[in-house]
Amino acid sequence: MKAVLLIDFGSTYTKLTAVDLDAEEIMAVAKSPSTVETDIIQGFNQALALLEEQLRKVPHEFTERLACSSAAGGLKMIAIGLVPELTAEAAKRAALGAGARILGTYSYQLDRSEMKEINESRPDIILLAGGTDGGNKDCIIHNAGLLAEMLPQVPVIVGGNKKARDEIESIFRRKNICFCISENVMPRLNVIQVEPVRETIKQMFIERIIEAKGIKKVEKIIGNVLMPTPAAVLKAAQVLADGTDLEEGLGELVVVDIGGATTDVHSIATGEAVQAGVTLRGLQEPYAKRSVEGDLGMRVSARSLWEAAGSKKIKKYLVAAQFDIEGRCKELSARVDALPRSPEEEEFDEAMGAVAAEIAIERHVGVLESQYTPNGIIYSQTGKDLQNIKYLIGTGGVLVHSKQPGMILRAGLSREENSPYLKPLNPKILLDKTYIMSAMGLLAERYPDQAFRILKRYLEKV
Amino acid sequence: MKKTIVLGVIGADCHAVGNKILDFSLSSAGFEVINIGVMNTQEEFINAATETNAQAIWVSSLYGHGEIDCRGFRQKCEEAGLQDMLLYVGGNLVVGKQEWEQVEKRFKDMGFNRVYPPGTNPVEAIKDLEKDLQTKVK
Repeated sequence: MKAVLLIDFGSTYTKLTAVDLDAEEIMAVAKSPSTVETDIIQGFNQALALLEEQLRKVPHEFTERLACSSAAGGLKMIAIGLVPELTAEAAKRAALGAGARILGTYSYQLDRSEMKEINESRPDIILLAGGTDGGNKDCIIHNAGLLAEMLPQVPVIVGGNKKARDEIESIFRRKNICFCISENVMPRLNVIQVEPVRETIKQMFIERIIEAKGIKKVEKIIGNVLMPTPAAVLKAAQVLADGTDLEEGLGELVVVDIGGATTDVHSIATGEAVQAGVTLRGLQEPYAKRSVEGDLGMRVSARSLWEAAGSKKIKKYLVAAQFDIEGRCKELSARVDALPRSPEEEEFDEAMGAVAAEIAIERHVGVLESQYTPNGIIYSQTGKDLQNIKYLIGTGGVLVHSKQPGMILRAGLSREENSPYLKPLNPKILLDKTYIMSAMGLLAERYPDQAFRILKRYLEKV
Repeated sequence: MKKTIVLGVIGADCHAVGNKILDFSLSSAGFEVINIGVMNTQEEFINAATETNAQAIWVSSLYGHGEIDCRGFRQKCEEAGLQDMLLYVGGNLVVGKQEWEQVEKRFKDMGFNRVYPPGTNPVEAIKDLEKDLQTKVK
């Protein structure tokens, strides 16, 4: 039987998924604590033993192994641009879509103290942007010079004004910097172009970063590491929405991934205005957009979730359970491996999940503003209008283990009339019950049709 | 090399026709036009000019509130590092019927290089722009 082993080196768990390609079935899933600090292969072997245990009676052979990784802090990046709302924002969006963790976003001409700060945050890759094509080039050249001088050890991807490329190339060559020139993230004003840079980031991740994180040496055993884990989730979302060469996609959708440290939202949608007569403002949004809320999480970020939401908002979702909300959130952020032990504690987790979904989607979607002008009310939209998306898909531990995942996910929908936030109105709700989104994103790199059909089959309506 | 001009309508003003005419005229005259359209804040003009390395900003206003919308524009340009930016403004700039000389003076005092009344032929302003750009180079 032709079986594929999909591996996700997470920061806490190494997760394995075995897929039967012919029957298009998930054969087994297993996980074991990650051992990146010591020897990454230990955790893998433990998880593999658990997986093989489940597959004892099934004759199988893994003909292919594919891996993604968010181990050792994930792919840590710094985004640099010129104007904060324009090229710096475009650079950030490009890096997020490539599955990176953004350590910081910088703009204008940088100085030495900022360089020191960047150095101390220990990025894996720096994305250097600035200027439209034919626009400002002084800023990006200045920043390239400073990077070459002060941070020669960090690889750089250049995604800025094409007129500055030659000069930047010669600066970097002189200092022997590891760099790669890509396309401009904002070639024309307010027009975003993230795909080429995302592809370059992925290449650099495969070629350089994997090695730096000590994963390269085990590639013989585990197969090729293809991308950072969040990029795999975005890929799965994209395959599901757009379909493949053979399969018709589901249409525009949003994926919410509620984790222990962050809540990620992925939208695959153009986000064009639903209402007529609305003017669009600001920088264009990517069709496949990922946003990461570093302050919204179930454990590590439980305290910051309380700080962001406030007790009242969390209480709204608590029906029976009585808790000191502030105290419980603080406690959970200190005990990151705590599992709920009573129905009340389960309810508390669900309330936190609902709040995370509500706020993360609110931050992800666009805003409709009305302005009173001498010609009457004029509406302008900043960001994506996601009111009419067809599906909202949930993934992450709290949803998988909850008895009411539908309630948690519906917290992200539009509730009030005339709310300025362009949140989904009435999508169908699906749950990634078997936790296969990232594995299917990986599989889709090689077998998109099978990955699409397996996803469609295993996502449950809630 | 083509000179880059940022063009747009300021404030809560959504009059788009004149904006299209100016875009067409400037483009035909050989300029690279960065048209940011209607309903823009001062910051949006300045950000656009910064990223695109523009030589001039053309501000339109038709709805009569241009005077309030344009206050402090020059100062913000200077703050943003656009020291010798050419600032042009034109249209129905003030409320009601007022003496043109006074209006022009008020906008020049605000730091605009050129001020145009309603009904100005774009060709006239483009001629001024070419002249101003030449002196700027010197």
